[in-house]
Amino acid sequence: MSETLLELQGLKKHFPVRGGMIIKHQIGSVHAVDGVDLTVGAGETVGLVGESGCGKSTTGRLAARLLEPTDGKVLYKGEDISHSSRRELAPIRPEIQMIFQDPYSSLNPRQTVGTIIRSPMEINGINPEGGRKKRAQELLEIVGLNPEHYNRFPHEFSGGQRQRIGVARALALNPQLIIADEPVSALDVSIQAQVVNLLQQLQRDLGIAFLFIAHDLAIVRHFSQRVAVMYLGKIVEVGDRASIYERPRHPYTHALLSAVPEPDVNAEQRERIRLAGDVPSPINPPSGCRFRTRCWKAQDKCATEVPPLVQLNGNREGHLTACHFPEAPTVHGDDVVLDPALA
Amino acid sequence: MTTVSWSSEPGTSRGPGPFLSVRDLSVRFSTEDGVVRAVDGLSFDVEKGTTLGIVGESGSGKSVTNLAVLGLHDPAHTEIDGEIWLEDQELVGASSATLEKLRGNRVAMIFQDPLTSLSPFHTIGRQISEVYRKHKGASRKEARDRAIEMLERVGIPQPATRVDHYPHEFSGGMRQRAMIAMALVCDPDLLIADEPTTALDVTVQAQILDLLKDLQQQYGTTIILITHDLGVVANTADNVLVMYAGRAAERGTVREVLSKPRHPYTWGLLSSMPRLTSSVDAPLVPVRGTPPSLLSPPAGCAFHPRCDFSQLVGSDLCFTQRPDISPENGHGDACYLTLQQKRDIRTGDTKEHA
Ligand SMILES: Nc1ncnc2c1ncn2[C@@H]1O[C@H](COP(=O)(O)OP(=O)(O)OP(=O)(O)O)[C@@H](O)[C@H]1O
Ligand SMILES: Nc1ncnc2c1ncn2[C@@H]1O[C@H](COP(=O)(O)OP(=O)(O)O)[C@@H](O)[C@H]1O
Ligand code: SF4
Ligand code: SF4
Ligand SMILES: [Mg+2]
Ligand SMILES: [Mg+2]
Repeated sequence: MSETLLELQGLKKHFPVRGGMIIKHQIGSVHAVDGVDLTVGAGETVGLVGESGCGKSTTGRLAARLLEPTDGKVLYKGEDISHSSRRELAPIRPEIQMIFQDPYSSLNPRQTVGTIIRSPMEINGINPEGGRKKRAQELLEIVGLNPEHYNRFPHEFSGGQRQRIGVARALALNPQLIIADEPVSALDVSIQAQVVNLLQQLQRDLGIAFLFIAHDLAIVRHFSQRVAVMYLGKIVEVGDRASIYERPRHPYTHALLSAVPEPDVNAEQRERIRLAGDVPSPINPPSGCRFRTRCWKAQDKCATEVPPLVQLNGNREGHLTACHFPEAPTVHGDDVVLDPALA
Repeated sequence: MTTVSWSSEPGTSRGPGPFLSVRDLSVRFSTEDGVVRAVDGLSFDVEKGTTLGIVGESGSGKSVTNLAVLGLHDPAHTEIDGEIWLEDQELVGASSATLEKLRGNRVAMIFQDPLTSLSPFHTIGRQISEVYRKHKGASRKEARDRAIEMLERVGIPQPATRVDHYPHEFSGGMRQRAMIAMALVCDPDLLIADEPTTALDVTVQAQILDLLKDLQQQYGTTIILITHDLGVVANTADNVLVMYAGRAAERGTVREVLSKPRHPYTWGLLSSMPRLTSSVDAPLVPVRGTPPSLLSPPAGCAFHPRCDFSQLVGSDLCFTQRPDISPENGHGDACYLTLQQKRDIRTGDTKEHA
């Protein structure tokens, strides 16, 4: 096993919800992240999947310490940085970088590409050999752009090219960990593969570890050695790629995989699971197992006891599942149709 | 299929043909920067009771095409040429009163984001009933009953209670169901769904696609489904039209296009998508470059700046002359390579990957 770079322990982030007519006072809280345990090893790629609002981005922002956790710990190389101050974080900031979903809003439109890529070096007082400009031009080349683009502005580039600029900026400080939050979701299919290939090449050539956040299960499978499945603020299943995609045990993982439309007319009949309804609100998440309101296997125990994330009998080392009544490890089981329109 | 001839005079009838027939459609917008050729010589047919999936990347003209079918373009800034036949009715050049009557009644639409098409100030029931009253002249009571029936039909639990709720009280998936209920309230013959599931999560997307399929089976509705996701097409459509830069790149049945794709752009789309079952070691093969600007599209085949095969064509056709889709019916594509060349390229491909 490689050295552990990032470790999240029982991590929580609750955002206050304010209400009231005149004086806004707190009337509840969004349990955006509610007890997440996850590790990322040096040079490892870990995927984080789940439906929108389940807390993926919040987890990423906590891991990059752009947010402070409500509870639990963020350890970086063994050091607890959960509540470290700006000054305490300064020395490790360069090592953890983030790439964002929206290549349009994440770049300052008034700065040239050169300024955008140089600014992390300036902020962190880093003077590479040959100067910052030379380094920025090298980075443009690494991400497949022309070094002559140095003086251009973001609006002169396409979505895929802008995402490359974001990648160059993230690389400026030689990070050891990149947290990529839906880095290709906003791009066209034909462009997504360009960016995925670029990130994969960087991961291999430079040994950078990735926390790769996405809702597209096929892309996550392609990119990540290990995968964590999130539902309403919690990780419901985690394991190496083959365990999650070929031998999933959590009913939600089965449902997610069976819902992916594959562009294949000859695919052997896959398991077909249709869940009822949508993900409940994270303001008042269901008691016990959070998936119980949509789970076809739910029993009384599921409403009263939170299922722990544990290794089940017969599962591979490191394949953990949080379910009282797990599924058989096969994706060719019986159909389940809970959709009210189809019942 | 038989060839049909029809009169070019708007409003006159023609012989039997496909349910919807778009012939040589062009849509141009005048903008500050120049003329945008959003759709440029596009033809396709949709048979009654079937689903046509239209795929293509952002800006390829999918929405513009369908807004033309619905007659929703602003005539002041838009120039539309060609013909759009809905059975025996020509829609290009039809009066706005005719189109108004058609929309919601014979032709209905659903959009990507239900929140932009549902009013936040009125109950779901009121919004559905209003459409019904407007087109069918029904009474308040009849329309309300119809709204409840429609909500039930699209799988909203307790429809008699839900009918009085506001859109914000519905979840994302329920709002999209409500939109579908509203679109179908007058039993339209043609439903145009523009990215109806793009804003939804995959488990909810699967519900909505199943719902559309079920409704089509029960009521025989003809559907045009616009999407950028070939997976969605594979799961819902009978036929598919692949668009690139405002033109048809390839068309055929879903099986033909997905299992024997012919156009280099379709190959590129398929090879850039990872599958749940593909080998994780095989790298994705992206389409290089970026889609063209429609202000000054490339001469010849619009795909040529991104195509790896133009040198095989053996002349400068790719760079000078626009390829038309051929053959005229069935599985066709717009590319100068011969079928044999395509087969050779594809089998070479599979050998490499095996
Ligand atoms: N009103 C308009 N004025 C000028 N240009 C327009 C207008 N509407 C659309 N366009 C242009 O027409 C082209 C096709 O647009 P369209 O909306 O049909 O794309 P699309 O295929 O639906 O893409 P997406 O997948 O992003 O929805 C684009 O280049 C777009 O910028
Ligand atoms: N700054 C914030 N204030 C209040 N609620 C927030 C904030 N950021 C995120 N949330 C809420 O937390 C939940 C998880 O959000 P997020 O982490 O963005 O989910 P994901 O990335 O999985 O879509 C959502 O319900 C979201 O609305
Ligand atoms: S714990 Fe119960 S409700 Fe939760 S996933 Fe397992 S069976 Fe379903
Ligand atoms: S016509 Fe020429 S440029 Fe266009 S797709 Fe075919 S080979 Fe490529
Ligand atoms: Mg997010
Ligand atoms: Mg569109």
